[in-house]
Amino acid sequence: MATETLPFKEAPKDTVGEINKYDFVTQTTGVFKARKGLNEEVVRQISAMKKEPEWMLEFRLRSLAIFESKPMPEWGGDIGIDFDDVYYYLKPTEGQGKTWEDVPQEIKDTFDKLGIPEAERKFLAGVKAQFESEVVYGSLHEDLAKKGVIFTDTDTAVREHPELLREYFGKIIPPEDNKFAALNSAVWSGGSFIYVPPGVKIEFPLQAYFRINAESMGQFERTLIIVDEGAEIHYVEGCTAPMYSTESLHSAVVEIIVKKNGRCRYTTIQNWANNIYNLVTKRAMAYQDALMEWIDGNLGSRLTMKYPAVYMMEPGARGEILSIAFSSKGQHQDAGAKLVHCAPNTSGRIISKSISKNGGRSSYRGLCKVEDGAINTKSNVVCDALILDPESRSDTYPYIEVEEQQVQIEHEASVSRIGEEQLFYLMSRGLTEAEASSMIVSGFIEPLIKELPMEYAVEMNRLIELQMEGSVG
Amino acid sequence: MTETLVIKDLHVSVEGKPILNGVNLTINRGETHALMGPNGSGKSTLGNAIMGHPSYEVTGGTIEINGEDVLDMDASERARAGIFMAFQRPMAIPGVKLADFLRHAATNVRNPDRKEGEDLIPMREFRKELKEKMGQLKMDTEFARRYVNDGFSGGEMKRAEILQLAMLRPKFAILDETDSGLDVDAVKLASQSIAAIAQETEGGTEMGILIITHHDKLLEQNTPDFTHVMLGGRLVETGGEELARELYTNGYDRIRADHPVEARVEAEMQDEEPAAV
Repeated sequence: MATETLPFKEAPKDTVGEINKYDFVTQTTGVFKARKGLNEEVVRQISAMKKEPEWMLEFRLRSLAIFESKPMPEWGGDIGIDFDDVYYYLKPTEGQGKTWEDVPQEIKDTFDKLGIPEAERKFLAGVKAQFESEVVYGSLHEDLAKKGVIFTDTDTAVREHPELLREYFGKIIPPEDNKFAALNSAVWSGGSFIYVPPGVKIEFPLQAYFRINAESMGQFERTLIIVDEGAEIHYVEGCTAPMYSTESLHSAVVEIIVKKNGRCRYTTIQNWANNIYNLVTKRAMAYQDALMEWIDGNLGSRLTMKYPAVYMMEPGARGEILSIAFSSKGQHQDAGAKLVHCAPNTSGRIISKSISKNGGRSSYRGLCKVEDGAINTKSNVVCDALILDPESRSDTYPYIEVEEQQVQIEHEASVSRIGEEQLFYLMSRGLTEAEASSMIVSGFIEPLIKELPMEYAVEMNRLIELQMEGSVG
Repeated sequence: MTETLVIKDLHVSVEGKPILNGVNLTINRGETHALMGPNGSGKSTLGNAIMGHPSYEVTGGTIEINGEDVLDMDASERARAGIFMAFQRPMAIPGVKLADFLRHAATNVRNPDRKEGEDLIPMREFRKELKEKMGQLKMDTEFARRYVNDGFSGGEMKRAEILQLAMLRPKFAILDETDSGLDVDAVKLASQSIAAIAQETEGGTEMGILIITHHDKLLEQNTPDFTHVMLGGRLVETGGEELARELYTNGYDRIRADHPVEARVEAEMQDEEPAAV
């Protein structure tokens, strides 16, 4: 195994360094913007633009009907979206009139303080498209391909890997699942498709950052990851830099299958601009003795509703979810996790942490479900909330549904105001109030930080410091 | 000129309840003061008030260092002005490594004008010093990687407080029952360490120390130049080393008998069970 993985070991470091050397080229053709609002014509147009096979068009149309028939969720956050006022499909070079000057200063400052290179800033702010750049990760791609790994955007996958797509696409999260999954299914575009063949272990994190497609951070991206028997992967999506979009709605679907003895870790830190409704459905199915781990960080956005789930389908499956939310003024993070035990001897763990400041609101909403017959299952949920000032709010909504006798479910929740005593202690050692608060918050999210790849951990720490600036006094 | 911490007619309330009722105390650098008194007499309140705890409201009197008023300073500014308090029950800060915290703290205290975001003490220099100090305190260097006071035993917390004292080298140190929770050998080591640290401060001048204690062991190596007895929120007697000896041998019966007014205040405070200390 060691020799097999050797060529990969140095790859991530090199590519991280290398990517900054290559300027991203702006795509100049194929500009297309659907008109505002959603109907069958728009969906047909999207499908035609992408030259999709008939079955995908049918899937989209069926999803559209489901979307139209489903009511808005009556729980969670206050979703103030006018569906008629949204562009559902924008070709990568969306709005040619959009310029760097239009990007809010606040977003620019964050890029600046995080030290994000110029070209990447423009890409992340959506004013510059990044697309196929074989120079950057061609060799990486080649090495993966040699082992049978497929790592591409989902649009391409529909055309090039129809057998895999037809088998798995929309099977973990069907359009019937919820209104926003239906919406995504109707108008989806972009996202990652990954297939890891049996026994292939990719030891470095695969990062969407280097992805081939311009629509990686689109409004309605769709990700499908299939980890075959005994295979391993760590996928890192998004990054800590702010994602700026003039559109108000982001609604992604992420489906993951982890087969027998497989392992999958999916890490994402999303930091949206404050005008975004971020309504994402993420679900994984873990089969016999497989392990699925979600590491999910949520910053920014006006409202985020996101509950990564692990369905443990066969004996011995494990699910672990680490979720962190940071909400500030005008923001509501309704985040959490779901563990569903469908088979005996499965185990799951949720660690959820939230921080609320300057009147922000964080909610933990989580589900632990044990199906009939899933004996000897174990679930452990720990959620901690940290509230930095009296204007902020935190709620916990744990749902526990158990249909079996021999199970062990633990739920611990704690809410703490940033302790006056803790602040005083640190300040009595010469730290300013801001430094002390920042240190307490950094410590609070340390369990997430230590799970992140190095470069993300450093960036995340800087980001938290930025979030904390001016939060007190 | 000797640097001095001067407390004049200090009145302090917690949640509206008066705890200190006019305390006068002058500590010069180089002097060791012992502060004794029954539980609930206000000793920790004095420490917290000097350090600037926001829940301890100063309703009268002054606290000055070298003539400079510290009452308008927050705890951070007081630390940078040279005041330190070793806490009786220090707070846990989960997720924050002791070494990282100490490097930040030492940098700020040594460079009182440092702005947020400016460089910390160089890592190599800091590590060398930390290792040396931990060696003197017979602490395993691994200890510095643990989270501040998180899951520390009573003894570990106290040693961590003394380590901070050693790293921050304040002008004035308040030690609030630093001996409690320690076994005999540990108290001896703590006592020796404090005595050594007190000699090592900046500019060759020794620290001024206020030791709040019920026990004699801590005072063996740190012989008090003055012993003060607190009762009912006031310092009712001041003596030398012999007064400390009398109190830990005989208790406070004589003190209560000699100071009936303060004894009555003390009894009332006990009944009300103040939220303080």
